[in-house]
This record gives sequence, structure tokens and C-alpha cells, in this order.
Amino acid sequence: MEKIVMAHGSGGKTGAELMEKIFGKHFKNDVLDKMEDAAVLEINGRIAFSTDSFVVTPVEFKGGDIGKLCICGTVNDLLMMGAVPKYITCGFILEEGLDIEVLDRLVESMAATAKKAGVKIVAGDTKVVEGNGGLYINTSGIGIIPEGRDVSAANMKPGDSIIVSGTLGDHHACILSARMGIENGIRSDCGVLADIPNGLFEAGINVKTMRDVTRGGLGTILNEIAEKSECAIELSETAIPVNDEVRGFCDILGLDPLYMGNEGKMIVVVPGEDEEKALEIIKNTEAGKEACVIGHVTSGKGVVMITRLGGKRVVDVLYGEGLPRIC
Amino acid sequence: MKTEDVIKYLQGYDGRQIKIMEVCGTHTASIFKSGIRSLISPKIKLISGPGCPVCVTPTAFIDKVIDYAKKPGHKVYTFGDMMKVPGTNGSLSDMKGEGINVEMMYSPFDVIEKAAADPDTTFVIAAVGFETTAPVYALAMKQATARGVRNIRFVTALKTVIPALTWICDNQDDIDGFICPGHVSTIIGSHAYEELAEKYGKPFVVAGFEPEHILAVIYDIVRQVERGDGDVRNLYKNAVRDEGNKKALEVLEKYFEPGAATWRGLGEIPDSGLYLKPEYAEYDGGSRGLDADMELPEACSCASVIVGKINPNECPMFGKGCTPLHPYGPCMVSAEGACGIWYRSI
Repeated sequence: MEKIVMAHGSGGKTGAELMEKIFGKHFKNDVLDKMEDAAVLEINGRIAFSTDSFVVTPVEFKGGDIGKLCICGTVNDLLMMGAVPKYITCGFILEEGLDIEVLDRLVESMAATAKKAGVKIVAGDTKVVEGNGGLYINTSGIGIIPEGRDVSAANMKPGDSIIVSGTLGDHHACILSARMGIENGIRSDCGVLADIPNGLFEAGINVKTMRDVTRGGLGTILNEIAEKSECAIELSETAIPVNDEVRGFCDILGLDPLYMGNEGKMIVVVPGEDEEKALEIIKNTEAGKEACVIGHVTSGKGVVMITRLGGKRVVDVLYGEGLPRIC
Repeated sequence: MKTEDVIKYLQGYDGRQIKIMEVCGTHTASIFKSGIRSLISPKIKLISGPGCPVCVTPTAFIDKVIDYAKKPGHKVYTFGDMMKVPGTNGSLSDMKGEGINVEMMYSPFDVIEKAAADPDTTFVIAAVGFETTAPVYALAMKQATARGVRNIRFVTALKTVIPALTWICDNQDDIDGFICPGHVSTIIGSHAYEELAEKYGKPFVVAGFEPEHILAVIYDIVRQVERGDGDVRNLYKNAVRDEGNKKALEVLEKYFEPGAATWRGLGEIPDSGLYLKPEYAEYDGGSRGLDADMELPEACSCASVIVGKINPNECPMFGKGCTPLHPYGPCMVSAEGACGIWYRSI
């Protein structure tokens, strides 16, 4: 199998071949095909602009790969601001020794995900460094925010309802399983969330706050938005959806799904009176089939969960890294 | 008895103040996660014991392991929680940033595989744990000796629970009863607590980890205290046998022997450590005598927290100088240490 060598990053003939055979083959659009030093874009109105880097290992996992992930991650961040994602740039850092066949699959996956998400990949860069055949991808993206949309972590008011789009911890548990060599059926939830905000805005729901539930997990994200809105949040433990297999995996390793990362889950905050309608719309989307109302915004500070037994538990942010326990 | 009736009873309890110690960090975590404290009478005080092996590991152990990780030709492996425990000049995690050779392991058997494949490197396993984890290291020893893998060294900080409970009973006589650790008890068995119960006349009750199990055990202890009983009871019968796990105890005994060990915050407790027997000395990376402990700031009250004299939030450093990201005292270090759990949960 052909491997990436330092010459692929040289800007010379070998680099040009890589451009043509891999990136040129999969990423085709009117902007990119001009091959200028920079993409020239026509944009009007307010834009959302975001960037993220992707370093996951293994690069291919159940339910996705780093190519799919690097598009979903940036596209979802734009969507969470109420934006319509339009353009993506990507920077690759490839390590010497990477299989070109693997790179081809990952780039193909990026292109397919971008197509599904309706975004154009308009600029890119590739560097090669010494290493052990790994790769890292940075993506940045621009989306246009249509008139009248105001989505922000600071918008919540007591009485609002909090909806989560599906089960927690799947991506994190999938990656950890792969790294630890544990065989199970857990799949990453890596995916584009566009259908959920699109459906909500089309139906005229007053979407106050949206967040994708990535690193730090639900517990951390709810604390962040509670602080920004100067409100408290009360959750119901029995309402929080976790896949049985993920729960078992977490129990064994001493992990808490509340603090585990997802790559295709989000929370939506809507006024209490819109709760039912919003939930129905979300449940009708592919990404939101298992959505549920998990709690409400109240006055005060912090995040509290009413437990299965009726007790109260304070839900704090994640500290440091969620390491597996030893006993 | 139904859980709701148990809760009703414990909510309405209005007798004398009862202090119950949960020995195991996993119990402390479950108590917080399920909000048990908010469900029972304030007259029943739950205190968190020394139930996290990572937290009670002294500084000298960390320093020893870091020394190995700096040595050319050596690789150190340890479980995740150990990475954050502060040594004299920082934790393994801090030092990894400076390029020392330490990796997280998921199982010591993986390390033996690696050692077999790379005979020119010495693989050092930093082995920390209670009776629950210790048999795994004994089995790893068995495998290493059977396969003739000789480039493995164990630096052990393995500890046993009964000597520690004896120490607590001797030094802190106002604890009325103990919630005995479920995982440890699967190995040592519920009979292991009989001598303690008899000597100190207090209830020792073995508990599972579901909140319903813990509530049932609190109820049992409260009822025993009310009646003036001090019995050992096993309420985790689907996992814990009275006599324990004989096979695990046998393999432990084959490779390890008891010896004095230093508990961070408590000091030296006789016979509370497990060390490789003299016949396996070549596999021991120098585990004995790792007693020196970092001088903790004067205000640090870990010693009082571990024996339940005070709650974590009563320590003057709690949440001020000492937080999960910058822990001083042992109890703040691990996610299962009493202070670490309290910090995240109150």
C-alpha cells in the first residue's frame, strides 16, 4: 500500500499528484476548482464563523471516521447559532507513513458528509510531518444567519424547557471501547444535526438556546448556559436518555454519561408553551428520534438533578479528564 | 421492605445522632449521585472514609515511579487515576508533559505482552489498589513468571482494608457503624469483619452500589444501633460470599505478604500493605519503605477527613487553595476521594 512521505508536503510534483488523485477527485465545486490562492465568496448579512481541530484515534470507528467528524463538528457549531452553514475550509496535517488508501477513504467521507450538510469545501492546505502514520484535520466554517434568528446561551428564562435530541455518551464510549480493545455494539453518534434546527425554525418555534453536546458532556454544557443566562436548571434523572449498552460500559469503567462527549447530539431550549410542539418536530427527524424533555429552567444558580429516588444531586462541570477509575 | 418505606423511616428518624462511615469511594460517589443525603434525617450523618487507594498513596511512591520513568530503557505503566497524584515535583501527568516515559494501562497483562515483545526495555508497573485490584497483579506475576518474562518490575502500593478499619476504630470511637466496601468484600468475604464487630461492638454491613442497596444498609445499621447490636451483615449476597473469593485469596497469598504501609494523611499502619514475597524479589522495583510523604500545608485537614472527624467542606483549604485541578491533600486528588466527590457535588 502506498504511504505518505515527506515529499507529499513539498509543494512539488509529488504534492501535486496527491492534490489531484485525492483532494481534487473528491472535493469538486465551482469555488475550489478555480485553484486561486484564496476562495472568493459572495456573502450578505450576519455570518457565524467557527473553527475546530480533529485529532481522534482511531481515525476510523463504528459509526464514522475523522473525515465525517471534522465536517459534522464545524457544521454543527454553526447550526447551533441558528446559521445556515455554507462554506468550509480544511487544513490537513499528515504524518509520514499514513496509508494513502486510508486518506482516500477519509477524504471521500468528508466530501460525502459535506454534500449531505449542503456545504462547499472552498479552501484547503496539506502539510506532512514526521510521525507514525497519523493525521489531524482542522476545519473552519461560515454560515449565514437568516433575519430574525437570535440564538444564544444567554437567552434562557425560568419556565423554559430543555430538550435533548437523543442518548448520551455514545461517541465517547465507542472511541474508548476501540482504544481499549473492548468488543461491543456501541456506535458513535457522529452526524449532522441540520434537520433539527431547520424543522424548528420552519415551524416558527422560538428557539432560545442550542448547544451540541460535545466534549465535557451535558453536565458541563448545562452549567455553562445556566451561568450565561443567570438562571438555574433542574433536571430529572429518569428522563435522561442513555443507551443500555453505553450505561453498562460506563458502570464498569466508573464513567458518567452526563460528562461524556457526543458528536451528533444537541440540546434545545424553548419556552415552556412550545415544548410539546418542539419535541414532536425533533422526534420526526432522523437525528432526534430519541429526543426527550430532560428538565426546565428555574430561577437561581447552578444545575440540580432530581434523582430516581427523589433525592437531589448537584451537577457540576467536568474537572480535568474523565479517566477510567482503578477500583 | 420497600425502598419507599426505608426512605420514610430514615427521613423520620429522630433518635440520637448516628454517625455512619462509608469506607468505599464508590459508595460515596453513589450516595452523592443518588442524593441519599437529601433523603435521610439530618440526625443520620454519613461520613466518607479512606476508601480510595489512589488518595492514600504517599508522595515517595509517586517520586519513585517518576524516577523510573526518567531512566533510559524504562517504561512506566499505571492506571489513569494515578496520573494526577502530586509527587514532590509534580504528578506523572505534569512530568509526562516534560517527556518522561509513562503510559496509562488498562490491564497489567497488556504490559506483560509488551515486555515479552521488547526484552531490552524494563517495564515498570505502578501497582496501586485494595484487595479488589491486588489479585490482578498477583495473576500478572503468575503469568510473567510462567512465561519467563523477566523485564517486568512492580512498584506496589497495595493496601488492605481490615487493618485500616482497625486503626480508625482505635482512633475515632464515635463512629456508630460501617458500610463495608462491596468490591473489596467480594474478595475478603463478609466474615473478615467478624473480629472487628466483636472487638468494637459496632455493626459492619456489606453493601452493593445501587442507591437502594445503600439505603437498605443505612437502615440496617440504624436499626442495629437502636437495638444496641453490633453485627456483621451481608446485604450484597449476590456478589459477596461469607468466606470471600478463595481462589483470589490463594493467588494473593502465593505472591504477596503483608507489611507496614504508609497511608497518606494517616501515617504508618502495621500490616496494612501487600508486598511481593522475598522469593519474587527480582520483580520488585523497590516497593518497601516508600514512607516519606510530602509536607502538606498546615491547614490541610485530610487526616481528619479520612477518619470522618470533619466533612470535606469544613477544611479551611476546601475549594480555596485545594481543588480537583490543583489538589494538595490526598482526598481531593481522585474522582473517588471524599473531597473530590464533595467538591463536585455540593
